[in-house]
Parts: sequence; C-alpha cells; structure tokens
Amino acid sequence: MFSFRKGRIALAGAALLALASVWAAPAPQGRSAGFEGIGRPATPAEVKAWDIDVRPDFKGLPPGSGTVLKGQDLWEARCASCHGVFGESNQTFSPLIGGTTADDIKTGRVANLMRTDYPARTTLMKVATVSTLWDYIHRAMPWNEPKSLSADDVYAVTAFLLNLANVVPEDFTLSDKNIAEVQARLPNRNGMTTDHALWPGGEFGNARPDTANKACMSNCADAPPKLSTLPDFARNAHGNLAQQNRLVGAQHGADTSRPEGAQLGDTAVQIAVAAAASSKQSAASPAIALLQKHACTACHAVDSKLIGPAFAEIAQKHAGKADYLVGKIRQGGVGVWGSVPMPAQTLEEADAKVIADWLAAGAAH
Amino acid sequence: MSQEQIRGRLRKAPEHFLSHEGMRSSGAAGSSGRRDFMRGAFATALAGAAAPAALAKGNADGDPAILQLPAHSRGLGQPVASNDGYGRPSRYEANVQRRQSPGLTQTPQASVSFAPLQSLFGIVTPSGLHFERHHQGWWDVDPTQHRLMVNGMVKTPSVFTLDEIMRLPSVSRFHFIECGANTAVDWANVAVPTVQYTHGMLSCSEFTGVPLITLLELAGADLKGGKFVLAEGADGSSMTRTIPMGLVTSGEVLVVYGQNGEMLRPENGYPLRLIVPGVQGVSSIKYLRRIELGDQPWAAKDEAIHYVDLMPDGKHRQYSGLQECKSVITTPSGGQVLLDKGFYSISGLAWSGRGKVKAVDVSVDGGRNWRAARMQTPVMSKCLTRFSLDWVWDGKPTVVQSRATDETGFVQPTYAQLRRARGTRSIYHNNAIASWLVQENGEVKNVQLS
Repeated sequence: MFSFRKGRIALAGAALLALASVWAAPAPQGRSAGFEGIGRPATPAEVKAWDIDVRPDFKGLPPGSGTVLKGQDLWEARCASCHGVFGESNQTFSPLIGGTTADDIKTGRVANLMRTDYPARTTLMKVATVSTLWDYIHRAMPWNEPKSLSADDVYAVTAFLLNLANVVPEDFTLSDKNIAEVQARLPNRNGMTTDHALWPGGEFGNARPDTANKACMSNCADAPPKLSTLPDFARNAHGNLAQQNRLVGAQHGADTSRPEGAQLGDTAVQIAVAAAASSKQSAASPAIALLQKHACTACHAVDSKLIGPAFAEIAQKHAGKADYLVGKIRQGGVGVWGSVPMPAQTLEEADAKVIADWLAAGAAH
Repeated sequence: MSQEQIRGRLRKAPEHFLSHEGMRSSGAAGSSGRRDFMRGAFATALAGAAAPAALAKGNADGDPAILQLPAHSRGLGQPVASNDGYGRPSRYEANVQRRQSPGLTQTPQASVSFAPLQSLFGIVTPSGLHFERHHQGWWDVDPTQHRLMVNGMVKTPSVFTLDEIMRLPSVSRFHFIECGANTAVDWANVAVPTVQYTHGMLSCSEFTGVPLITLLELAGADLKGGKFVLAEGADGSSMTRTIPMGLVTSGEVLVVYGQNGEMLRPENGYPLRLIVPGVQGVSSIKYLRRIELGDQPWAAKDEAIHYVDLMPDGKHRQYSGLQECKSVITTPSGGQVLLDKGFYSISGLAWSGRGKVKAVDVSVDGGRNWRAARMQTPVMSKCLTRFSLDWVWDGKPTVVQSRATDETGFVQPTYAQLRRARGTRSIYHNNAIASWLVQENGEVKNVQLS
C-alpha cells in the first residue's frame, strides 16, 4: 500500500514535469514571477479606450478645441434640462454658475466663500482646477448619456460654462493649447488647502488633528447644558418612526403620526401591520419598471414636478393619446410644459409604447 | 398605567379586544392613528389566530400568547428551499429597511439610502441593509464581461478578469465604510430625528478579495516613482478618486468581490470594488474597472468640487478622506420610546479610520460624568466596535452620549470643539459626540448641547 502510493506520487510528478516542459513560457516582460497565468498585457487600443483621466497638469488631455457658441448649442440641447439655461438651476443639482466676481478672477480666491451669509456654493465658486471640469464632463455627462460627448464637444461645453462665469469672452475658443491660460484665471484657483490631518500618508504634509478633546471622566461640565432639538412641526417629517423600528426590542419606535403624549409610553403604540402591509405591495406595473430602467425617473416623478412634469399631469393632459406620447417620449420636445427641453430618448418603440399606454390610461400606481 | 401598556405582561382584561392605547386612538376620531390601530388590530387578529373573546378570557387567566397555542405550534410549517432558494428576513422585520432622507436629494440616482443602525446588532451590517450612495445610479454588471485594467507607471499595462482575480490567494477582513458626509446635516444644528438619518451612511462588512498591491506588482509597478493611485469605476459616473499610496503599499487597500460570505451586492459594486480602509466611502470605488499609478494626485470631481471641506477662512480642505474616531449610541436613540423605567443596556458603535478603538465612555447625565463602556470582542482595526453599558433608568429626563478614543490617543470631539476648528459649513467629516435626550414620557430625541 505504502509503495503503491509512493508510486502514484512519482507518476504524478513525472506528468507535471512533462506538462511544464510543454506549456511553460517565460513570464511576460515586466510581470513579476509567481502567479503565472493571472492577467495579460493590455493592448494600446484597450488602454486608450479606458485611460480617459485628465490631471491638473493636463496629462491625459486630448488635443481639440471648441467655441463658446458651439458650447451654447450643445448646452441647450444636452445640459440645460438639468442645469438650467444659464447653469443656474438648483432644481436637480447644485447650481454650476454664480457667486464669482471679476475680482475673484484676479485674486484666485472666491470672496463669497469667506461670508457665512452667502447662501449658495456653486461649482465655479469651488473648483480650483479647470482639468476637473473637462475630465468630469467628458466621463460622466450628460447625466443620462455619459461618455457621449466628443473631445471637441467637451472643449465647447467647458468654454460655454467658463463664459457664463465671465472667465473667458463670448468669442473664445478653448483648446488644449490655451487651457493653461484659462486655469490662471479660474476664480477659486488658490482656494484649496491640504494643510489638514485627513489624508492618510505623508504626501501632503503631516498636520496634527485639529481637535484635541480630553477623556474627562467626572465633573466635566460646569453648568447644565442648553438643549436644541427639532421643532414640533417636524415631528413626522421623516415618516412615522414607529414603522422604522423593529416590532420588538428594548425600545420601540415613537408613533410620530400622533402628537407627543405626556405619560410614559404614550406614544409606544404597537404597530404590527408593517410586515403585513408591505407584503400587500404587488409587483410594480411593467410601465413603472420601464420608467426606472430608462431613467425617466431622473427627471419625472409620478405625482410631483421635478425637472419635467409629473406623470400624473401628463396623463391628465394627454389622456387617451398613446400614439402622441410614444412620439414625444422618443423624439423629445420643448414648449408643451415650459422652456426646459426634454432630450430625445433612445429606448425601443415597444418600451415607449408600454409607458405611453400607461400614461394615456391615467398613470395609475 | 405604564405597566399596563407593556406587551407580554399580565394585565386586566379590557372591555373588549381593544387595548388601552387602541382605545385612546379610537377616541381620536378620524385621526391617522385610528387607521393605524385598526389595521394593526386586524393584522394581529389574522396573524395570531387568537379570537377577540379568547384574548379577553386569556387575560383573566394569564398571557394568551401562552394559553392559546398559536398556529405554528399546531400545524405543519414551510418546506426547505422556499423563496426561490434564497432566504429572506421575517415579514415581521419589514420595518428594518434602508431609507432615503426626505428632501435630501432631488434625484434617486444621485442619492443616499441610510442603514437602520437602530435595529442592528453586533458589528456586521447585513448586505441588503448596507447603506447606498450612488452618483449616477447602480447597475447589475455581468461578471463574465467585467475587466480590471492596471496602467500608468507600470512596466506592463495589464488586464485581469474576475476568473483570474478569484484565482489569487484571497484575504477576508472586516472594515467599516462610512460616507464622508455622514452626519453632515447635523453640522449646524439638529436636522433629522433618528440615528438612521444622522449616522446611517455607515456600514461594516467582511470583505474578501486580494490586496491591490498584488495586482500592481503583477503589472510591474514603479513603486518608487509612483506616489498616488487612481481608482476608476465602470458605471456612468466612472467615479474616480486618488488613493493614498501608503495604504496601498501596506497591503490594506483591497480589490474585493466578496461581502459577508457571498458576492458583493449590485448596489455595493458587484462584481468588483475597491476597499480603502478607514477612508471615506467614496474612495472605495464600486464597479472597479481601472487602477492607474501616477506621480501626482488627480483632483477628480469628487475631490475638487465635492468631498472638500469648507473652512471658516473660505478655503476648502482638499484630499481630506480619513474618517477620524467617532461613536454613536444606537439604542436608545432618537425616535425610539422607552416603555418603562428600569434596566436598559445602552449600546452603540465606535470606529476610527486610524486604527483600533481603544476605549468608549458613556455619559447618562449630559456629559458631566462618564463611565467606561464594555467593548465587545473582536475589536479590529478600521472596523466597527460594539460597546455597551448597563443602565437603570429612573424615569427622569436625561441626555445619553458616547465618546470614543482610538489607539493613537485621539478622543472624539464635542460639537463645540469641532466648530471652533472648522466652523459649521464644512459638510464633511462630522465626528462630534452625539446626544440623545431621554424624556420623561420615554420618547428619545436627537438633541445638541451648548
């Protein structure tokens, strides 16, 4: 038995050696020894397809150019529906433009950031590196069709934004050749600091933490503290908290659908229905699933206006007009609900029809 | 009065099957409380098989939950492998959900859902309750088509498949992920009611994968010239962040596919994500597609326009990713009700982006006196630590707080200290001591002390 096993091991060893002599190839150049067979060299085309980042020193910036005027056309077609015609909209995202001055362009510090009473912080107030704008618009915009803008498109849109902020004139053409000059005019270019202890490592200096609490154990506070809390009218603003806590436990959730009681346990109502109630939710209708799938819900909600009108409003206005709605969904439009354009949508006609039928029938949910 | 309201205790039989609180609700005609109660009573009657009359009778002799054998004691239960072969929580746990904070964001694809910390035990967040933060919506990515590229200052720009990454020796480590904006809404004053909304952009998992340094070395990384790593996602936002090199070369930064024993959930980056322990969650890039080694930081959108901390002098702190030592009491916490006086185990979570938690102190008198809390093992680096403190509540209003100290000696700051250093407009990295007011009526409120 023993010799038999030994024999098998020897045989297995011989087989391995034979395989090695046939299959073993030198590791690809530069690859560390060990972990053979894991990974392969990337082709130049593959690296080009994915390596799209642009650094503050403009490493990675592709050649190209775009005018403010071309940027304006692109903006109104592809960007204004979320960001507003002048980049000022606060409806979907924080405003992009506003709050910067000619003086800021000289100093490189946005003065409004030093005021505690200034209400907004726009992108142009914050950004210190123009590469960041270019990189992000290129990789992630437009919101529902990221990476669909060409390099020249991105130069144009960036130029338009910079013109809105008065960093470049209306007749400006932004390109890889002059972007460094634009960087030198960015309003908040001197507004960043790395003098803090929140970067793990020594690359930016080693500042000590900016708070230094002591672990005092007794008689730590002199006077009884003053308390601030949520106002009574906000009691139910986050929904009924009783339904956001487990049915059993050391504490239950407070029934915030009712005014607060005076007695211990007044609001400790037992709400045993959450489980049963949630199981009643049937599968979402196919139309609602499609609204999610095609990101319609980025701009529309069922009952309230977001960027576009509520589905309920559309259903009311265009009751029974499914064919009309299929066209509007696929081709987009402007003017029916105001000046914010709806971009054309790329979904298939069959999907558009399901959504249109649902809208035409009243947008039930 | 209060004792009668406690379920499970013997109490006098009511005139009919309505309990005291139900009778009070019913009296408020037309209120939503009545509807809630009636639905509740209905569901209880359906679920419990205990007829109203029997309940009343039961109350006379003892607890009907004991005296009246329930259906599950008298019938045949469910078969194995129900629910399509993947188990789900009990339907009675439906309240325990991740939730959006009303009004916080305007589109659900660039938004947050908060983990229900008030209902969780121990240190591991169930994967389905892990908080979500998406910048351009989530995807369920086909793992057979997913690729990871490593390029930049490497000898051989390289491509790895999931098959290949999963062939490498793996490590499994427990780490927290906390969004840099966790607790952001409370910087200036109390803004939200519960720990889910104040601290719920915090979760903790066992992650399985390979150290990023292994993949960099396979590609022949220039670890002398390379000072920074860029990580990039494959989703629409193609999220990019500059990753601290020290955490890469130490082997701490992981490229992971596993979470709590199974694959990552799509909402958490399936099939591949980065984990940068101790650093704000946005650096743990989901749907990881590319790693680039370079000699300068990148100033990506989420480290140049967002995730920068505005200081009182008008400057923004850039590359501010580390999550400093922090803790919070999860029970009792805002929006909960203590049902009675008497014994409670105050329990909560503590963590530090700089290493292990060394101590947690708890105050039950608004910060005047503190007692050392028990720390539940295991206590791990850059991981949540569960703590607890025995407490007998005398029924008087009080404020409960926790204060963590990490292994570097850093002590979690008060709001006053934090605001002195950073003002109230910095949005990110609020690690102040949190306070919960326990009122005489048992309700717990989110409060701040000054």
